[in-house]
Amino acid sequence: MTTRLGWAPYALLLPSALFLAVFFATPMVQAFGLALQQPDGSIGFASVQRMLGDASFSGALLTTLALVVLVIPVQFVLAMSMALVINARLKGQGMWLYVYALPLGISELAAGIVWVSIFTQSGWLNSILMGLGVTDRPITWQSAETPFLLIACIVIAEAWRATSIIMIILVAGLQSIPREFMEAADVYGATNWQKIRRVVLPMLRPSLQVALILRTILAFQVFATVIALAGRGLYVLAGEAQRWATDIDNDNVAAAYAGLILLMSLISTVLFLVLLPTREEHQA
Amino acid sequence: MTAANDVPMARPRAGRDRVVGRTLTYVAATVLALFILVPIYLIAVSAFTPRESAFDFPRSVIPTQVSTDTILFFLNASGVIDAFWRSVIVAIITLGLSLLIGAPAGYAIARYAFRGREGYRLVILATRAFPIVILAIPLAVTYRLWGIDDTVIGVALMHTALALPFTVLITSSVFISVPRELEEAAQTLGCNPLQAFLRVSMPLALPGLAAAAIFTWVLSWNDVFAAVILTLRNPTLPAKILTALTQSPIYFQFAAGFVMLVPSLVVIFFIRKYLLGLWGRVVK
Amino acid sequence: MAEIQIERITKLFKGTRAVDDVSLTIGDGEFMVLLGPSGCGKTTLLRSIAGLEQIDGGRIVIGGRDVTALPPRKRDIAMVFQSYAVFPHMTVFENIAFGLRMHRATKADTDRQVREAAELLHIENLLDRFPAETSGGQRQRIAVARALAMQPQVLLMDEPLSNLDALLRLEARAELKRLLKEIGSTTIYVTHDQVEAMSMGDRVAVMRTGKLVQVADPLTIYDGPVDRFVGGFIGNPPMNFLPVLVERRDGAAVAVLADSGEIRVEGDEALGQRVGPMVLGIRAENVQIVGSDESAALRGRVLVVEPLGSHNLVTLALGSEHLKAITRPDERLEPDQDVGLKIDPGRVRWLDTERGVAFDAEDVAGPGAGRGALTDEERDAAAG
Repeated sequence: MTTRLGWAPYALLLPSALFLAVFFATPMVQAFGLALQQPDGSIGFASVQRMLGDASFSGALLTTLALVVLVIPVQFVLAMSMALVINARLKGQGMWLYVYALPLGISELAAGIVWVSIFTQSGWLNSILMGLGVTDRPITWQSAETPFLLIACIVIAEAWRATSIIMIILVAGLQSIPREFMEAADVYGATNWQKIRRVVLPMLRPSLQVALILRTILAFQVFATVIALAGRGLYVLAGEAQRWATDIDNDNVAAAYAGLILLMSLISTVLFLVLLPTREEHQA
Repeated sequence: MTAANDVPMARPRAGRDRVVGRTLTYVAATVLALFILVPIYLIAVSAFTPRESAFDFPRSVIPTQVSTDTILFFLNASGVIDAFWRSVIVAIITLGLSLLIGAPAGYAIARYAFRGREGYRLVILATRAFPIVILAIPLAVTYRLWGIDDTVIGVALMHTALALPFTVLITSSVFISVPRELEEAAQTLGCNPLQAFLRVSMPLALPGLAAAAIFTWVLSWNDVFAAVILTLRNPTLPAKILTALTQSPIYFQFAAGFVMLVPSLVVIFFIRKYLLGLWGRVVK
Repeated sequence: MAEIQIERITKLFKGTRAVDDVSLTIGDGEFMVLLGPSGCGKTTLLRSIAGLEQIDGGRIVIGGRDVTALPPRKRDIAMVFQSYAVFPHMTVFENIAFGLRMHRATKADTDRQVREAAELLHIENLLDRFPAETSGGQRQRIAVARALAMQPQVLLMDEPLSNLDALLRLEARAELKRLLKEIGSTTIYVTHDQVEAMSMGDRVAVMRTGKLVQVADPLTIYDGPVDRFVGGFIGNPPMNFLPVLVERRDGAAVAVLADSGEIRVEGDEALGQRVGPMVLGIRAENVQIVGSDESAALRGRVLVVEPLGSHNLVTLALGSEHLKAITRPDERLEPDQDVGLKIDPGRVRWLDTERGVAFDAEDVAGPGAGRGALTDEERDAAAG
C-alpha cells in the first residue's frame, strides 16, 4: 500500500460518487417530489390519486403482477436446466454457453419483435402449424381480446429474452459447489433428482436469492416487449409511466407510477430476503 | 455382499443409467439451444424476405427468396440512419465516461483498504437494483431545465449512470485479480504509484476492462425506456423504432429487429469468455 | 556505505502491534536474517524498510540517509518477493531491465547489466521468453536477477526460497549464499525456516509477536538461546527444557531432577550463586546415553527410537518429563529400556522458571533482551 497518499482512494472515488449523487441520488429524491406535486405546482397526493383512479391503472397493475408471477418461475426452471446442462460439461461446452448466453445482448425491443414475427397472424407459428396440418386456419395469438393468450405470448418472449442472466448467475453458483458434495451424494446412491433437491438447491441458495431479487426487480419494469407484442392494447406500469411522461406530458403522474414500481421492487426484495435467507453454514 | 448397514447400496444399473442420463442431457441441451436459436433464425428469414412476399402466408421455414430489400427499406426510412448513428455516439460516450469515472473507483476499491470501502461497495451494489423508470422521469424534467433534453449527451449521461455500478464492480474485480505485489515490485524498481499502475496493472487488466467496456456498450445500445423518455426529435435507434412501431408496416419491424439484433450477437461472441467472470464475481 | 539503522520502529495493524519498538543495526555488507514464526512481524518489518508499509513510529536510516519519509523508489533498495512478482506481460529481459529503464539507464548500460545479472543467475538462455514459459525455480532466479541488476545498496528478500520444492530449495540456498557473498551487498533476508536462517545469515534476528527477541550470530543463537522460545524454535530437535531444583552442597551447585537423579555443576558463571527451582536447557546432541548399570547422573526410560540414517533420535522419559537425545545410528536401544544419561554441564543453559529467560540474557542479547519471551497470557498466568 502506498505510504503517504492517505487521500488517494478518496480522490479516485470522488468522480464516481459525485456522478452518482447527481445522476442517481438526486433524480430518485426528485421522483418522490414530482409524485407529490401536480402540474400546477401544488403539493399533495393529487397526482397519486389520479394515477390510482385512472381507467388503465388496475389493468396495468394486474398485468404487471401477472407477468412477474408467471415469468419468474418459467425462467428459473429454464435457467436451472441450462445451468445444469452447462455444469454437466458436455462436449463443446463453450458453444453451449455462448448459445444460452446470446439473449444477454438482445434488447427488449428486438426480442419483442422477434416473437411478433412468430406470433403474428401471418407469422411463423401459424405457418408451421398449418404446414404440419395441425390447423387449417391461422390462429390469433396476439389479440387484446384474448388477454390470457396474449399474456402467454409475452411470458414466452420474456422467458426467451431474459433467462440468460439468471443462468449465468446459477452457473457461477453451481461451479462454486465443491465436487466432494456431489461425489458423496453419488457414493450414497442418490438419484439425480435427489442430488438436485438435497445438495444442489440448498447450496445454490445465495445465488438463487440474488438472481431472484435482480430478475424480479427487472421484471417489474417490463416495457418494450409488451408494446411490441400488444401495442397499446395491454397496459403495464412502465408503459403507463412512459405514456404519462411523453404522450400526456404529465411528469407527476409518471413519477407516481415510477414510485409504485420502486415500491413493489423493494417489497419483493424484502420478501425474498426474508423467505430465502442465506445461511453461512453452507461454507463450513 | 457386505456393505455398511446404513448405507444404501449403489444402484446396480448405474452404468447404463449414466449413458441414458448423458443422452438425455444432450437432448435437453439441444432442445434448449433450439429454443434460443430458432427464433433468431426466423427473424433473420423474415428480415431477408423481399417486401412483396412479406404478406405471403403460410411461409416456408426454408426461404425461397432471399433479398436485402426489406433491410434496405428500413435503413433508408426517414430518420433511421440518423437514429442509428445517434445510438452509436451515445454508446461511445457512455463507454468513455463510465470507464473514465468508474475504473479509478474500481481501482481504489481493489487496492486500498480505506474507511467506507464496504459502505461504498454496498451503495454501488444497491444502485444496480434501482428501476430505470424512477431515474429517467425526473431526469427528463431536469434536462429540460438544463437545456440538454432531447440530446445525445443527455441520454449518454443517463446511460452512464446506469452503467457506472457495473463498471465499478467489474473493474474492481479485474484489478483485484492483478496481484498487488506486482505494483509493489515496480515501486521498488523505480516507479511512483501512477507509473506502477500504468506499466504493470493496466496492461494486465486490459482484457477485463475490454469486457467491461463491451458490457457497457450493450447496456447503452439496447436501452429503450430511458431513450424514449429523454428524446423526442433526436431519438436513438431503439427509441425511433419503438415510436414508429404501431405506425409502420410489419416488415419494417422485422428488419428493425434484425438490425438491432446482429451487433449484440457479435458482441456476445467476443466476450463469452468473460461472461462467467463478469456476473459470477459481480454478483458477490 | 550501506549500513542500515532501524530505530524503534513500530507498526500498528488494526490495534495490534505488528512491529513493536524494534531497533537493529545492520553493518555494511552484512547478511542479516529476520527469523520467526508466521505472524511475528518479520515481513512487516522488511516491508517497512522497503517503504511499502507506512510506519507509526521510529526512523530508518540507510547508508547515512534518513529514508523514513521516502517512497520505495528513492531508498536505493531492491526487493525479491515471496511470490517473485515477475511481470507476466514482459519478457525475462524486459523484467530484469525494468528497474534500469525506470532509472533512465542508457541502452548500452541496460543491456550490459541485464546480461551480467542473467549470467550470475544462469538464466542467459531465457532472456527472450515470457515468464509463463519458465518454471518456478527459473522465475525465482529472474526475480533475483531483476533485483541484482539494480546493484542496490540494500537487498531485501522475503522468503525467496519457500515456494521451491525441497530439493530445489537446498541447491538454491547454497547458490544464493555463494552469490550474495560474492556481490557483498547488505542483505536483509526474511524466513520462517530456522535451517535457512542458520545456514545463510551472518547474524540472525529472532522475532516473536512483533518484538525482537534475540540478535546474534547463528552459533550463539544455537548454543546460547536467550529464552525458551528461541531455544525451542532453533535447532532440530528443539532444545530440551527440564524443571530442576538447584541446591548448594559442598560448595557446588547441584541440580536435582525429580525422580531421575541430579547433576553436579561447578563454576558456572551464568548460574552464579542462585538456588531454587529453575529450568535446565540442554541440546539433544549433548545428552549421552549409557547402560543402566553404569554410573550416571540421571536415569530414564526409552520411549521411542527414530532411526534417521545419520543418527538416531531417541525420546526418553525422565519421571514425568520427556527428553530427546541423539545417538549414533548403530547404538541399539529398545523401547521401555532403562538407561543412564550423562549431560555435559558446560553445555547447559540456565533459565528462570517464571519467564523462561536465561540468566545471562542481558549479556547475550543486550539490555532489555528477552522482552518477547512471554506472551501477555503467559505473563498474566505467571503473575497469577
